[in-house]
Amino acid sequence: MKSRTVIEKIWDNHVVAERGNAPTLLYIDLHLVHEVTSPQAFDGLRQRGLRVRRPDLTIATTDHSTPTTPRGFPIVDQIAKAQVEKLIQNCKDFGIHCYPLGSDKQGIVHVIGPELGLTQPGMTVVCGDSHTATHGALGALAIGIGTSEVENTLASQCLLLKRSHTYQVRVDGALKPGVSAKDIILALIARIGIGGGTGSIFEYCGSAIRSLSMEERMTVCNMSIEGGARAGLVAPDDTTYQYVAGREFAPKGAAWDQAVARWRQLPTDEGAAYDKSIVIDAATLEPMITFGTNPGMGIPIRGAVPNPSDISDPLERDSLARALVYMDLPAGKPLLGHPVNVVFIGSCTNSRISDLRNAASVLKGRKVHPSVRVLVVPGSQQVKAQAQAEGLDQIFRDAGADWREAGCSMCIAMNGDSLQPGEYSVSTSNRNFEGRQGKGARTFLASPMTAAASAISGKVSDVRELL
Amino acid sequence: MEKFTPFESRMVALPRDNVDTDQIIPARFLKTISKDGLGDQLFNDWRYDAEGKPKPDFVLNKPESKACKVLLAGDNFGCGSSREHAPWALTQYGFRAVISTSFADIFKGNSLKNSLLPIVVPPDVHAELLKDPTGAVKVDLASQTLTLASGRKVHFPVDDFAKHCLLEGIDELGYILQQEPAIAAFEAAHPAGIDTRA
Ligand code: SF4
Repeated sequence: MKSRTVIEKIWDNHVVAERGNAPTLLYIDLHLVHEVTSPQAFDGLRQRGLRVRRPDLTIATTDHSTPTTPRGFPIVDQIAKAQVEKLIQNCKDFGIHCYPLGSDKQGIVHVIGPELGLTQPGMTVVCGDSHTATHGALGALAIGIGTSEVENTLASQCLLLKRSHTYQVRVDGALKPGVSAKDIILALIARIGIGGGTGSIFEYCGSAIRSLSMEERMTVCNMSIEGGARAGLVAPDDTTYQYVAGREFAPKGAAWDQAVARWRQLPTDEGAAYDKSIVIDAATLEPMITFGTNPGMGIPIRGAVPNPSDISDPLERDSLARALVYMDLPAGKPLLGHPVNVVFIGSCTNSRISDLRNAASVLKGRKVHPSVRVLVVPGSQQVKAQAQAEGLDQIFRDAGADWREAGCSMCIAMNGDSLQPGEYSVSTSNRNFEGRQGKGARTFLASPMTAAASAISGKVSDVRELL
Repeated sequence: MEKFTPFESRMVALPRDNVDTDQIIPARFLKTISKDGLGDQLFNDWRYDAEGKPKPDFVLNKPESKACKVLLAGDNFGCGSSREHAPWALTQYGFRAVISTSFADIFKGNSLKNSLLPIVVPPDVHAELLKDPTGAVKVDLASQTLTLASGRKVHFPVDDFAKHCLLEGIDELGYILQQEPAIAAFEAAHPAGIDTRA
């Protein structure tokens, strides 16, 4: 048999039909639903008189427009409240299990899927959300979709999809202290640009990826979309199986052994070909930070902001110049030392327990700069409980940070947590688009360690000085 | 979905690279539970000032942009979030096609499902269009032809199946549901490993 990549193997395992000029009909093993991209899909089902085909493969939670204030508080924003209530009603009407606000398992959809053991190697996973690629860390083919496709999946448990190109992202070597998974992915995107992976699915491989924990792999896979890719994954290995073992929805007993035997067949065969490849040397990476208005506008923490006059392509030059105007930054100067107003530690990129431990290790025994507002938002209520059991919440509080309930929060600023116009943040989230963290907000994307270091000094900082 | 018919229109040019869906429709407008009423919020933060008044220098607010059905965009248009609110906002404003050198994957798929035609042209055609950014173009999906103001005809690629759906005004779900026997057979051969309700 032809040598295949893990991407092709998972794809082939899920082909339901290939007919005429239609794209492949692909079976979906897990469908994650949240309040923002689903209401119109449920309405579509109602209009057509359809039911949800596989409620047993569908799960819902509220995360995007939900407050991160104490859970007893009502949702003040009436439009958000209506949206959250609509999801709960839709789940009731269509027999879907939901972890609503107030549930001890509620959280960001991409945090709870792996955490509950719902996401498993070899699965096809979809969600009406572009960061679905996060689940690729477990060796799943996880694809972000729009609302029409949410409706298609609810109705048929299938999607019509065209095969993507395979793109090998090989990261070899060892990361230096102070450099993390977030820096790997920011460096990749800075190199290939935000459209570099369009039409492709990334497979992350190489010794540096292998030595990452599951949570770190999630951080890398999460931002695949920021490189333009439809998905990104890491072939499963013992790290994966150890992570999945014993989780609530993971197979148990004999079924577990059978599952692992199946999963061991998934990794890419020797000699399998990719459409594209890139190699990154982990040892050369430094902590990264973005300066502009898309995630590809990133530089090493001590680097200088590029100068539009050095760029020949007129549209590219214009886009850099516009970004610097929006960010109110001079060209050619380092970002290091630039004052910040807010530090946000959270989002589906960096809100898991290891992220919080990293941030806490920097903040422990130190104080947040008095001019900086710091929000620490755990990715799920389970992460929150774990952090509290370890005393991390106390470290954050003692340092002067705000410790919140789980949700997307200031990653997308739909829930009331947002920057004021013109304010700067160092944020562990994944997007620095204009207005992403509030109208007129200016975002520097970085790792939890860099964010914590910047919280202490009140300026963009190099965490390596504190290690 | 409406049948996609040939049309002629002047263009609105927004030649910026990497316009993301957060610019097309900012996240705070995604709290709606309906598809409607998004046209007025299209490009909201570029289009209106702090008081909500239209900014006269933004292209969509110029008198000559009224009733234009074609958006001339920059490279990698529609990157970022998967929100289908982006094509909903564009079509509700009145756009029926977007021309660019490339589109982000999810946006392209979402657009095709909403009768919004993403037209990919080579850089030289894009440059010619930009020389006369408010010029009229003709869009004919059946022959996959874009006719420029100069009379130059350009063939553009479209996925066969998407083209069929657009021309007939049908959506994918109808086709998918016809595959019921194949779906049932797949399910019988592949018992699910999880039960989310358990
Ligand atoms: S945390 Fe941010 S990127 Fe992740 S799902 Fe929520 S809004 Fe989207």
